[in-house]
Amino acid sequence: MENIIQLNKVTKKFGGITALNKASLYVKKGEVVGLIGDNGAGKSTLIKTLVGVYSPDEGEILIRGNKINSWNALKAREAGIETVFQDRALTPQQSIVKNIFMGKELKYPFGFIREKEQINEANRLIREIGFTSKLINAESSVGNLSGGERQGVAIARAIYNNAELIVLDEPTNNLSLNETQKVFDFVLNVKKSNRSVLFIGHNIYHVYDISDRFVILDRGEVVHELNKEEISSPEELMKLMRDTIKKH
Amino acid sequence: MGNKSFFNNMFHKNGRALGSIGYFVLLMIIFFIGAPEAWIRPNLHQSVFVMMPTLIFLTIPLVFLVASGEIDLSFASTYAVAAYIFALLVKNGVDPAICFVLGILTGASIGALVGTLIVVFRLSSLVASLGVLFLLRGVILLLTNSRSITIMEVENHWIYPLLVGKFYGFPMQIFWAAIFIIFCYYFFNKHIFGVHIQHVGDNSVSAEQMGINVNAVKIKAFMFVGVGAALGGIFTTLITYTFFPTQGFGYLLLALAAVFVGGTPYWGGLGTIVGAVFGVGIIAYMEIGIIAIGWSGEWRQFFNGLIILLALLGHRLHGERVR
Repeated sequence: MENIIQLNKVTKKFGGITALNKASLYVKKGEVVGLIGDNGAGKSTLIKTLVGVYSPDEGEILIRGNKINSWNALKAREAGIETVFQDRALTPQQSIVKNIFMGKELKYPFGFIREKEQINEANRLIREIGFTSKLINAESSVGNLSGGERQGVAIARAIYNNAELIVLDEPTNNLSLNETQKVFDFVLNVKKSNRSVLFIGHNIYHVYDISDRFVILDRGEVVHELNKEEISSPEELMKLMRDTIKKH
Repeated sequence: MGNKSFFNNMFHKNGRALGSIGYFVLLMIIFFIGAPEAWIRPNLHQSVFVMMPTLIFLTIPLVFLVASGEIDLSFASTYAVAAYIFALLVKNGVDPAICFVLGILTGASIGALVGTLIVVFRLSSLVASLGVLFLLRGVILLLTNSRSITIMEVENHWIYPLLVGKFYGFPMQIFWAAIFIIFCYYFFNKHIFGVHIQHVGDNSVSAEQMGINVNAVKIKAFMFVGVGAALGGIFTTLITYTFFPTQGFGYLLLALAAVFVGGTPYWGGLGTIVGAVFGVGIIAYMEIGIIAIGWSGEWRQFFNGLIILLALLGHRLHGERVR
């Protein structure tokens, strides 16, 4: 099956610190990949490189088999990769609708915004995501929303853009059980529509439940790559992770 | 209920603009009670209307820049540099329409340079633009030997009646300022440029993650301030037929005061064009109204200061900062 994105031996340094050391990662169409690793393993750097926030110092990035030069966030979004960042990447003083369309506004010629259309779409999306409160509409400001609702806005953005690959960076952090379940349902829906998810998480149980394949990162290197069939339980996955950390 | 939430929503969305409209109305009432006979005389309002367009050209682009999370003080010198280029070229026989365009381009270029300097080297915009303010003023004083340039000849060119002539007794610059306001209103609220400015000023990391080119947005905002300053300088030079080297300095604090009195907060992400227009109204009436009601000019600064503080307190009570 086709790789949506492939990172080949990517290295990223910050000053003297090597955050990523020849790390390779690919995501196929329709699969859910779980990326795990301890704090400081380089998960965030790998994700930010994958979605174009950082450009790699070495290595190459291929989109559907084609090598891409001068990779950046806009190119990633144009390639159909949407990210729900750990910090949600929202602008809290702006409205929900402005946040959903941030950087990808619907435009008339000369850059004027199709405001009505955006508001209608945003209202539809926040209902789809399950914003139940009647007090919230597309023009409410994001700063007044709860953590789960903010996550909903970030997810709505990914849905609207009909991304082929959705990157979820610690999507269940600080969420209630109910809200976590909504995120899971969302991931399953994406998979059902033959699109892909890269799921980054601290909670091994969450990652185990949802993923088809696991990538374990340690000190900037990919140390394990396993299909779900090779692992019998979250405990086994956890043990594997602990053993790698000990080896170092 | 639907109606009530509609009004709530309206008030919430436009609270900052409504606040400055409120201050403006209050100020008018105080002046009217304080000096009704001066108030009724049309020449009071005429003087305000002569001053307002220049202040509008300066203030509104600053709303864009402040909303992007930056500030610029150098505009008060850009104003003079653009006016100098305009006056010098007119004096040397270049067609005034071409001089006008070149003057505006000068403003945009200075804005681009200041913006690039600040954004690329990650300088504090307050301090760096203060430096540029003095630097450019120094250049102007050296180039002109502190002498002014008079351009009476411009009166015979079509550009004069078009930009600053009279239309049924009203100065043309009022119409240009009105067009500028409408254009900027849509540009700020309904155009990708204004919306990206608000995202960048609100949270530049988020904006960058969503693929917005933060540096480019900021540099464009600086350029727009340069264009506004050039418009202000050239219009004033046309109205008075004179470029003088200290031109623009007096507007530095007034324009900044108008931005903040108008309800645009200093922390970025938010801004209001309508509020800024009333902010300009408040500042302009303060400047002229105090004299009109027969008080001495010394009171002007005192009241300007007072109104800035009261406006800040009022806007603070209206809306808490959301982070």
